[in-house]
Amino acid sequence: MGYKLSLRIWRGDHFRGELGDYVVDVEEGEVVLDAIHRLQATQAGDLAVRWNCKAGKCGSCSAEINGRPRLMCMTRLADFEESETITVTPMRAFPVIRDLVTDVSYNYEKARQLPSFAPTPRDADGKRRMMQVDVERGQEFRKCIECFLCQDTCHVVRDHDDNKKAFAGPRFFLRYAELDMHPLDTNDRRKLAQDAAGLGMCNITKCCTEVCPEGIKITDNAIIPMKERVVDRKYDPVTWLGSKIFTRGDRGSREEVRPREEA
Amino acid sequence: MTGSHVVTDENANSQAPMAGRHPMTGNRMTDEVTADGHGFEEHHYDVVVIGAGGAGLRAAIAAHDAGARVAIVCKSLLGKAHTVMAEGGIAAAMGNVYADDNWRVHYRDTMRGGKMLNNWRMAQLHAQEAPERVLELEEWGALFDRTDDGLISQRDFGGHRFARLAHVGDRTGLEMIRTLQQRAVELGIDVFMECTVTQIFKDGERVSGAFAYWRESGRFIVFHSPSVVLATGGIGKSYQVTSNSWEYTGDGHALALHTGASLINMEFVQFHPTGMVWPPSVKGILVTESVRGDGGVLRNAEGKRFMFDYIPEFFKSETADTEEEADRWYDDKTNNRRPPELLPRDEVARAINSETKAGRGSPHGGVFLDIASRRSAELIRRRLPSMYHQFKELADVDITAEPMEVGPTCHYVMGGVEVDPDTAVSIVPGLYAAGEVAGGMHGSNRLGGNSLSDLLVFGRRAGLNAAYSATRFGVEPPRVSDTQVREAAAHALAPFSVGGGENPYTIQRDLQDIMQRLVGIIRTADELSESLGQIEELKRRAEGLTVEGHRQYNPGWHLALDLVNMLTVSECIAKAALERQESRGGHTRDDFAATDDFWGQRNLVLTQGAAGRVELNHQPLPVMPDELKSLFEAK
Repeated sequence: MGYKLSLRIWRGDHFRGELGDYVVDVEEGEVVLDAIHRLQATQAGDLAVRWNCKAGKCGSCSAEINGRPRLMCMTRLADFEESETITVTPMRAFPVIRDLVTDVSYNYEKARQLPSFAPTPRDADGKRRMMQVDVERGQEFRKCIECFLCQDTCHVVRDHDDNKKAFAGPRFFLRYAELDMHPLDTNDRRKLAQDAAGLGMCNITKCCTEVCPEGIKITDNAIIPMKERVVDRKYDPVTWLGSKIFTRGDRGSREEVRPREEA
Repeated sequence: MTGSHVVTDENANSQAPMAGRHPMTGNRMTDEVTADGHGFEEHHYDVVVIGAGGAGLRAAIAAHDAGARVAIVCKSLLGKAHTVMAEGGIAAAMGNVYADDNWRVHYRDTMRGGKMLNNWRMAQLHAQEAPERVLELEEWGALFDRTDDGLISQRDFGGHRFARLAHVGDRTGLEMIRTLQQRAVELGIDVFMECTVTQIFKDGERVSGAFAYWRESGRFIVFHSPSVVLATGGIGKSYQVTSNSWEYTGDGHALALHTGASLINMEFVQFHPTGMVWPPSVKGILVTESVRGDGGVLRNAEGKRFMFDYIPEFFKSETADTEEEADRWYDDKTNNRRPPELLPRDEVARAINSETKAGRGSPHGGVFLDIASRRSAELIRRRLPSMYHQFKELADVDITAEPMEVGPTCHYVMGGVEVDPDTAVSIVPGLYAAGEVAGGMHGSNRLGGNSLSDLLVFGRRAGLNAAYSATRFGVEPPRVSDTQVREAAAHALAPFSVGGGENPYTIQRDLQDIMQRLVGIIRTADELSESLGQIEELKRRAEGLTVEGHRQYNPGWHLALDLVNMLTVSECIAKAALERQESRGGHTRDDFAATDDFWGQRNLVLTQGAAGRVELNHQPLPVMPDELKSLFEAK
């Protein structure tokens, strides 16, 4: 049944802020976002928070709940003691705009730098053919809802803002891997992943996988295979020789690509 | 030649208007630049697209491809629009699973699903063009589920004769929006994220631009543009129980009306039969129709498959009347008829409503949706991963082991801006509309899967034609005057000027209550009249509402502005619903229970008259050509 929940919420902007204490009525079956909304509707009309679908599908309501990166809409109050104070703070890796809303433009900048999909031509009947088993690897990565919790938690950038320039982060390693494993893509982005995207800076601590609300095995299924592919490209003497003898790239029809220019 | 996908030099030019701001959010962190008389940030484009869901993104891509300078303006971050919530799939007669499928069959299904009130030409274009629009997504990187032959797989859905929905598990909308988003980014299209349009400007009769504010800073922006595409989605936030997000406040509907365009079919609101009903915090969240398409059935508290009791005359010949036939249909569509669980959504929603009213509902006021007893746990997890996840996380229900509790939830508005079917232009030159905000395509009820295809087909058409139209304004480009801008700014700031008034959240809650109770699934003249009176009262209260805080990222202020749109749209819905004295599709009148040919020949058209009042007129339905009529006569 309903009870009074104690909440501590970070209030402030880019320059200053502090944790504010609130007590709000909550009901059975509610999630943290419900409590925040009730607070907004009854006590703090100007409390800034991003949200959209409220069903774990859009990845808007990312925040840190008791210090852990999570979606507010998928964090049930039942997971906490009724007497426990829940602390909600904005994602730490990104500059605060206001209250729980952060400036996530870093991620959109990185998205721009990624050379996009470049498929082979269609089959004669105007359609394309791929086997289910071949698309499934990419499909796992395309479950990504771009909540950026993996980016938030990744220690390469979490407390090292300077690294952001050279590091695309787990969300985009996922994208590199997805394209590299796409049955019909013709680009070879391995050099790019290593050089421009900073894949080498990742030392596979799996923090990103732990916080992924979609349960994507970011480290095991995307980053590690991608690292292996990069190594193949760099050190395999046969491949190296092949690339010198044949005009095509070392893997079928894939061609190595340059980075997209910085916006 | 793969290099062409990588080169970015052309993009350098399209970046110019965005200089000095975040490359993707476009948000300016510095002080605003004083340009001329009004002092606000200004931008010049050929086409401004409002909304970044499927229709908006597809429109922007099409306009860009046609050579226009394009901006997308959206209330949320890129990639978060409501399209992301779509689950089941994209309806397109590709014939990958059933070779007999073609656009004529799809067209026929769509028209019958809409109870023949659809704009015939829109339904035709939609059915003809949807397959190529799907293949295009694949071209841009979408990874659809495959058939054994490696083609795009297609699944069964309500009202569709054949398995027709291209899908990715039950997260097709996410795949679609991500694909379009990545394409738009690749093309270097400018995106103004977290930016809300409050007004569209006209110079004489023609569109000249738009007025907007950054949600982040509260600062204003003036867009100069001879073409504006509305792709703002729907109106669901005016209801208490809805599958829609906060963005769905009918902005495009209201903007169109205020700009002089007309709305049609506003009385038709789709209540999706299966939304979650428990726990209260998730009430209304969508449970995809794919659950039924993949074999799930509806049962009441007595365990009965009650849909067999609700097969309407109109669909009798194509619906199974025994459980045996219904169950055989999943594997053999040629010799069996469709299960009644897969009747169009309006039929199923009304049936669930009747069952719960008759006291045969589930513990939390819904009915049971059971797939656990009919399909293997492995299949359920593979075909319906998001549903599995959603129920597990939010309701503690394992859908592979127990039934779900579901009930109707406000999902979609069939009504919208009246547009020319071929070009998507409204009656205002330069103003276009595509997707849910446009009316006509779906008639009185939309079939599942026809929304995503609608977004693609008409998004593209709107974008192309908006780009074309932007080059044809005559000698002088249409202008935005300083006076118009100053008035728009004053209007947007009005909520800060009143002290001691009501909180916008309270008024929103009251509106949702009124719409849910009085303008819901089942309607009567008395209740509709009452709702109109109460909406008037809310409009009066809204004039005196108060917003606390300041302009920077202030959700109270944002809601205060959105609320005006919600009230406008709610009035349109109630007014048209009171006028239409029959039951058809997403409009059910308890006092006029039958479908009536008189009303089947007319659309109700809403416009804004003098003194801002909403005016309603009757308009005859466009006449279907004989060659298409013949599709409904045979058999």
